[in-house]
Amino acid sequence: MIGISLNVNQHQYHIQVSPWVSLLDALRDHLKLTGTKKGCDHGQCGACTVLCDDRRILSCLTLAVMKNGANITTIEGISGENELHPLQQSFIDHDAFQCGYCTPGQICSAVSLLKEGKAKTREEVKELMSGNLCRCGANMGIIDAIMEVKERGLYE
Amino acid sequence: MNNFDYIRASDIDDALASLNTHDNGSFIAGGTNLIDLWKYNLLHPDLLIDINHLPGHHAIEEIEEGGVRLSAFLTNADTAYHPLIEERYPLLSKAILAGASAQIRNMATNGGNLLQRTRCYYFYDPDAPCNKRNPGSGCSALNGYNRIHAILGASENCIAVFPSDMCVALAALDAVVNVTGINGERNIRFEDFHRLPGDTPELDNNLKRGEIITSIDLPAKGFAKNYSYLKLRDRHSYAFALVSVATGMELDGDIIKEARIALGGVAHRPWRLKEAESFLQGKRADEHSFAAAADMMLEGAKGFKYNSFKIELAKKAIVRNGLMALDPHSQLPGAQPSA
Amino acid sequence: MSTQPTVGKPVSRLEGKLKVTGAAKYAAEYDVPGLLHGYVVNSTITKGKIVRVDTGRAKAVNGVIEVITHQNRPKLAWFDLQYTDMDAPPGVVFKPLYDAEIKYNGQPVALVVATDFETARYAATLVSFEYEEEPFETCLDNNLEKARDAKKGFATILRPPPPKPTGDFEGAFKNAPVKVESEYWHGVEHHNPIELFATTTVYEGDGKLTIYDKTQGTINNQVFVANVFGLHFKDVRILAPFVGGAFGSGLRPQYQLFLCVMAALLLKRNVRVVLDRKQMFSFSHRPQSVQRTRFSTDENGKLTGLNHSAVSETSQFEDYTEQVVAWSHKLYPAPNTLFEYKLVPLDVHTPIDMRAPGGVTAMHAIECTMDQLAYKLNLDPLEFRLRNYAETDPSTQKPFTSKALRECYQKGAEKFGWQKRNPTPGSTIRRNKLVGYGMATGMWDAYQFPARMEAMITKEGKLVLNNAVTDIGTGTLTVMSQIAADELGLPLEDVTFNYGDSKKPFSMFQGGSSVTASTGVAIVVAAKTLKKKLFKKAAGIKNSPIAGASEEDVIFKDGNIYLRNDPTAYVSFKDIISLNNGRAIETTNMGAPDVLNLRKYSKAAHSATFVEVEVDKDLKIITVTRAVTAVAAGKIINPKTARSQILGSMVWGISKALHEETIMDEKLGKYINTNLGEYHIPVHADIHELDVIFADEKDTLINELGVKGVGEIGLVAVPAAIANAVYHATGTRITKLPIHFDELL
Repeated sequence: MIGISLNVNQHQYHIQVSPWVSLLDALRDHLKLTGTKKGCDHGQCGACTVLCDDRRILSCLTLAVMKNGANITTIEGISGENELHPLQQSFIDHDAFQCGYCTPGQICSAVSLLKEGKAKTREEVKELMSGNLCRCGANMGIIDAIMEVKERGLYE
Repeated sequence: MNNFDYIRASDIDDALASLNTHDNGSFIAGGTNLIDLWKYNLLHPDLLIDINHLPGHHAIEEIEEGGVRLSAFLTNADTAYHPLIEERYPLLSKAILAGASAQIRNMATNGGNLLQRTRCYYFYDPDAPCNKRNPGSGCSALNGYNRIHAILGASENCIAVFPSDMCVALAALDAVVNVTGINGERNIRFEDFHRLPGDTPELDNNLKRGEIITSIDLPAKGFAKNYSYLKLRDRHSYAFALVSVATGMELDGDIIKEARIALGGVAHRPWRLKEAESFLQGKRADEHSFAAAADMMLEGAKGFKYNSFKIELAKKAIVRNGLMALDPHSQLPGAQPSA
Repeated sequence: MSTQPTVGKPVSRLEGKLKVTGAAKYAAEYDVPGLLHGYVVNSTITKGKIVRVDTGRAKAVNGVIEVITHQNRPKLAWFDLQYTDMDAPPGVVFKPLYDAEIKYNGQPVALVVATDFETARYAATLVSFEYEEEPFETCLDNNLEKARDAKKGFATILRPPPPKPTGDFEGAFKNAPVKVESEYWHGVEHHNPIELFATTTVYEGDGKLTIYDKTQGTINNQVFVANVFGLHFKDVRILAPFVGGAFGSGLRPQYQLFLCVMAALLLKRNVRVVLDRKQMFSFSHRPQSVQRTRFSTDENGKLTGLNHSAVSETSQFEDYTEQVVAWSHKLYPAPNTLFEYKLVPLDVHTPIDMRAPGGVTAMHAIECTMDQLAYKLNLDPLEFRLRNYAETDPSTQKPFTSKALRECYQKGAEKFGWQKRNPTPGSTIRRNKLVGYGMATGMWDAYQFPARMEAMITKEGKLVLNNAVTDIGTGTLTVMSQIAADELGLPLEDVTFNYGDSKKPFSMFQGGSSVTASTGVAIVVAAKTLKKKLFKKAAGIKNSPIAGASEEDVIFKDGNIYLRNDPTAYVSFKDIISLNNGRAIETTNMGAPDVLNLRKYSKAAHSATFVEVEVDKDLKIITVTRAVTAVAAGKIINPKTARSQILGSMVWGISKALHEETIMDEKLGKYINTNLGEYHIPVHADIHELDVIFADEKDTLINELGVKGVGEIGLVAVPAAIANAVYHATGTRITKLPIHFDELL
């Protein structure tokens, strides 16, 4: 076991983990933050997307010990206490999900996408969101939801 | 999915020295392929040496003779979006952005990109015969489902392809790989870095055990005016290439002064043919010339039951990408064919 | 009186906030004390026997509690029948860890239970099996000569054998002036919901279990667990409040449930078992099928003969069947028909329903054949269909309860701009792209199953409903709440719909686009009874403001019962309950289809899909640039969630047409692309402009709500429409799905 500290959603956690525990499993099993989802555990679906030091990464493909000292934001920390992040509201408004399982990953990915500022057009948004699969086929709603927030500048 | 020890290396020497403390130690940087392979029970490291935090190794800098040096530890995203790369080596930028997903590019490093393993289905199945994974066990792909496999440079022992996009551009750019090992530093020309399978398909490249890739040098010539990366696959993004092409050209009017063409998704390493590039010198940059070069590049290509289409596809891709390189703005997100 | 009706309004999902904040909990996400983690070991051979098991190395790992194999498993039910479930096809159910026999590759052979997930996963790699291998057959194409009729059984009720021939098909086809004969093929597909199959079993003691499971049928799995493990029904509770997609894969209890419960009972501990993505390919799939069609018409384009035959794979132990070959004659009149359906048993797991089972398979063949005929007749494909429009069901001669397919054709074509189509294939070019238009018709059954609804008015004057049904992402919670709110005249926030719990009154599994009709009608019935009871109480109150009124004289609104003619005279629900000594007024009722009346009719949802594709002129890469699907499915309770169902189905159609397939290596006898990197489902970059139209289809016959269900109808026409568009773009007819773009080179 290795003692590590993770700043998750601006809360400092000190936990003991085996080196082989993925960041995803550490979040879900150790910190009980189950908002981050496991869909493939191999970097092929994007459901486990979190922000690490403000960048979107796949928490299934990294080890918790490798993120010792890092700042992690999960879906539980995207918004303030009692309000929704504009993207969360936009996802609801556009019915950008059905089963909801890929949703936290889609939203975390989109938060990062908007911060990165690399996607200018709808086609570019689609391309840069393509690491997040949605099996319910809510793709149009997801992109609509992101475009609305992007076009209205509702993000920092 | 075995258990392993973990340490964070403080510097290169520490990393190299740590390797010898275990039988099967391995460096880990981005980890996007290593963790994936470990979880499939295909890699069994007993020690992971984290080389993400080595001091002074995360830059892109200009080097003598007008070139640029990419740190091996820098992420693919930081490389692709770096102003120097976007401006002087847009071909590399485009190729990187055609690979994986935004999340993975935020994790994967340049060094790791060179070292990723094949995506052959059978390599990924620990119970299937595979000479690359288990030398001597046979090649399941040879007479199996080989849609994604090699048409050039394959052997009876292995028809796997190297999956990188970034490396296709690096090959076209004549990059040089700088490595450090216990026995000192050396430089490997990109064309000498990856291997063809031959009789030893278990070896993907010529990096020796105990060596770390520290940086990649790009020579001055970046083909920033006329370049294109085209990637053809079974969906429009987030899939490995069936065929990809990196093209860079220097033009004098509509005459080709110099051309570079590298193919991805067709062989055990990025595929270039100097003869075809020389042939293009002095020719008009048009469909006809590109088609002739494409024929040369695919001469001797051998298809299997499910992938013979790649020969024709690669030829057409070379032609289209040549035309796209004349008008780099015709490139679409995801390295799709021009509209 | 402010409450407005919600039915027909685009209400946002009521559970939306839980889903966008990560607060929605799925089966693997319940934190219970002392939880043990199970990891499944799967067979690496396709057929044969286990001759030796070595669990020693695994057991020696620190943290491993037990390794369960067929050798040391606890005693199980003896009779095959006890393993059956509501969706079990005829045959013998597969029983995990039952004996040494291996029936298919990837069959579960052991469960490793450890104190943490990682230890279980690691130890699972140390369990070793020695097998005696036997020859196997996993390739449908190589075994077509083994095709035979399907066995009949309980599940056959919903999947009748092919209809009897009518007229003289062979004679008619032989002499027909216009005819088309072709063969269609599609590969195996796996449902691949993004949530991994998972079960968390809470061992409550005294033989009681609380089980969080990924399922489409809480009661189906409750019955299964109780039967197999010899428990009382009431002691087994299955909870599935959130299900991360299922698409049919959750219609039957899957093996992680069985193994998880087995371990919990054996160890008397709380246990969780989560499958990995590779294991998601080790049970249940859409079967590979080979279809042959021969359709003929007269000179005027009237169909004279329909022959559709299909051969599908099934397992060696169960005869899974789909309704494939009957559709053409439900859609188009023809005097001469001939339908055949056969199965080839292979050494694979039993297929299971996957979104629009049979229908989407069939419609690919039928609607591509219709497209070919249209070209032969030199008719617009839409005009050809209109010439063969069936006002009554040609296969039964019965009228439809409603059929607004004509409106779907018209509105869909108009929105899409179908009239701009140049009929000549390969004639429309947009810079580097060949542009193709294609259309197809869709049809899906309108099922309704019995369901029981418990409804009560609480002392707060609010409505609480209880039913065992799940919401797998379809919008069930929202839709049911809307139906209930309107029935009682309450605002949505005063309605609580409790679901996803086997302890609640009966519901069938959530499949076949049946839930809105089944559970929704149960709400209507329960609400009616509840209103009667409320009215009776209210009218009986001393000095009741509505005393002397009859039920027809009052309206229910805003939690009050008003006199229709005098809105100042009312009794509130709260007052009624308070005068009932604070006891809730409640009722439990069964909603069921009016079978006697419905026997006189045919019932179906219809659709028409119009697609534009671009095919790169050199590289042949295919893009579905836009698509319109017009749907006639009765009343639409919630146009927002219903639209999402259709959009999702259209994405599935694109996926089926162009992307997804599970590849069987016939030499190894196993699927080889068992991951989401190589099993391609569309990414955002693949999905462009999709549009949905709902036809105005009033149906007063089908059920009290006039609904038909929208979970599947949006999918059925899409693959054929895409294949037809690819033909129109290129002049090349690809009859295999998914279409590999390179086949156009």
